[in-house]
Amino acid sequence: MGYLREAPNDWEPLRLTAEDGKPLPEVQLPSAETALEIFRWMVFGRIFDQRMLSLQRQGRIGTIGSIRGQEASAAGLGVALRQEDWLAGSYRELLTYLVHGVPAEALITLYRGGVPGPFPAGVRALPVQIVIGAQMPQAAGLGLALKLRQEPAAVVACCGDGATSEGDFHEGVNFAGAHGLPVVFFVQNNGWAISVPRARQTASATIAQKGFAYGMPAALVDGNDPLAVYEVCREALERARAGGGPSFVEAVTYRLGPHTTSDDPTRYRPDSEVQAHEGRDPLPRMRRYLEAAGIYPDGLQEQLEEEARTVLGEAVAAAELRPPVTPEQMFDLTWAKETPQAQRDRERSIAELREVGEL
Amino acid sequence: MKANLVEAVQDGLRIALREDPDCLVLGEDVGRNGGVFRATDGLQQEFGDQRVLDTPLAESSIAGVGLGLAAAGMHPVCEIQFAGFLYITMNQIGSQVARLRMRTGGGLKAQMVIRAPYGGNVRTPDLHSDSFEALYAHTPGIKVVLPATAYAAKGLLLAAIEDPDPVLFLEPMRIYRGFREEIPEGRYTVPLGQARVAREGTDVTIVAYGAEVSTALEAAEALQMEHIEAEVIDLQTVAPLDAETVIGSVRKTGRAVVVHEAARPVGVGAEVVARIQEEAFYSLEAPVERVTGWPTPYPFVQAEGLYVPSMARIAAAVRRTLSA
Repeated sequence: MGYLREAPNDWEPLRLTAEDGKPLPEVQLPSAETALEIFRWMVFGRIFDQRMLSLQRQGRIGTIGSIRGQEASAAGLGVALRQEDWLAGSYRELLTYLVHGVPAEALITLYRGGVPGPFPAGVRALPVQIVIGAQMPQAAGLGLALKLRQEPAAVVACCGDGATSEGDFHEGVNFAGAHGLPVVFFVQNNGWAISVPRARQTASATIAQKGFAYGMPAALVDGNDPLAVYEVCREALERARAGGGPSFVEAVTYRLGPHTTSDDPTRYRPDSEVQAHEGRDPLPRMRRYLEAAGIYPDGLQEQLEEEARTVLGEAVAAAELRPPVTPEQMFDLTWAKETPQAQRDRERSIAELREVGEL
Repeated sequence: MKANLVEAVQDGLRIALREDPDCLVLGEDVGRNGGVFRATDGLQQEFGDQRVLDTPLAESSIAGVGLGLAAAGMHPVCEIQFAGFLYITMNQIGSQVARLRMRTGGGLKAQMVIRAPYGGNVRTPDLHSDSFEALYAHTPGIKVVLPATAYAAKGLLLAAIEDPDPVLFLEPMRIYRGFREEIPEGRYTVPLGQARVAREGTDVTIVAYGAEVSTALEAAEALQMEHIEAEVIDLQTVAPLDAETVIGSVRKTGRAVVVHEAARPVGVGAEVVARIQEEAFYSLEAPVERVTGWPTPYPFVQAEGLYVPSMARIAAAVRRTLSA
């Protein structure tokens, strides 16, 4: 007896700064310029979230997921990406999409029920994924293409703690491990998959340890410490770009808002838990760091908020000026090369609408 | 060159790999083993393990990885070992591959082929013998192609690989090695979305595809003894369906029998019948017949010979339309 062994479960998330914003002893921190860039995007994400929720309440966009509380993870990752890297994420990574160069107008259009793309030339990103975990094997495919073409670039495949239960999560991570692909798997563990807590999602002591099972190195990082997220992602991405293969990052954070605008989190989680996490909000924590480091100009946050509101105001206006999707567009986007019969079927569908004056 | 259907597929893959540097082949056992049906035999030796890639045993990821490759501009040919396993890939193919173009506003394209041997009557183990073309024909955004001959298999496959849209390419397992025929050396294509008149006739139109084209042709030959001249249409592509060729034939013959081995409910046959009644109703002399698999799951091997439409069942349906 006694043959079975337990996995080690004493892993603590990596931090480079404390809650009060002070750097921990003997840590290497990103430059002031990088820290300010991350902070700028965190503020942008916070204002974006507010704006989207208010647009939804006004009926100007449809259901949307909240990203509040997860700005440190999303921005820390996003700033670590390079232009040539691919992003494969979901609706919880909207801020990373923005950092990576997807215009706010495209995302607003998506949530207005319009055609969100194509993204600008040179922005390498898969569509914002809705089916949980589906992007993971797709990211492995992107990684395989980079490897075959010997491009010094990486793929980041993002998902949440809930997605780690999906078959596609395991298939994607496994594929990248088996073929040594330049993919960084980045899991934002925000504690909740709608109403199901992390503990009911998996019995693994950490999500990070799942990376080991697929033969890749892993990091467990405080997802509310944007500098730690950035440094971990930078290392993982550089490793991938240099041909070192895949790696796995779990960023432990918390979803302060509802799952989506259709969700009522008071049904399943106590206010006291949310309140405790409000006290660990990554945005003021990052500001405290900048202040302690003496690189926070007076009024910076207010100024960044104002800039974000201006940018988003223009993006909303532009999105609302876009003409509605037409049936012709839907047909154009169904086939790149229409067969003669598909062409006739299109004409027939359009004619039916014209006949009754709906077009 | 002389080739059977599986050799024609292999020849098509070899030509694509040779001429298109962005093309690669991936799937379970496609490399060293050359595929369980030898459709990729010798390809890894010729092109290396980077372009003919053995994947982990996970069908959803084979399709999903294919999407990623295509999004990055490559032209993957993914193999699913048996069409019976295509349910596993439904999300990656149906929600992801078929909609990549739409969801990205045309920014990314899924120029990729997913190959799978389909169909029964070959005494395979449980759950290997399904014909799932209708599931994907009901999914706009992916073309669904089923060759009936070696010539078509190679030409359609090469057309599918160079088509900018994703293609599900279902190969009739039953006739993989059924017969050899002369096919051209080198590259040629057979256009997607175009049916073919496999046999001309004047009295009735038999619409079939895949392995059932051979059975329909045998039925047509047998019916000749009864002075019935059946026209046989081989659909080749079931989505988007080439209704025009079918309608043209039915307008001429006034009678039609639609044949497939997939289960009857909401099958491709139902779509063909709907098209005929929409556009050739006034040419019809008799109700259109369907000869298909039963409205049951694909049966156990001991009963499969009765499930897959036989020459006798097709001939009987033709006689019913003529006596109506």
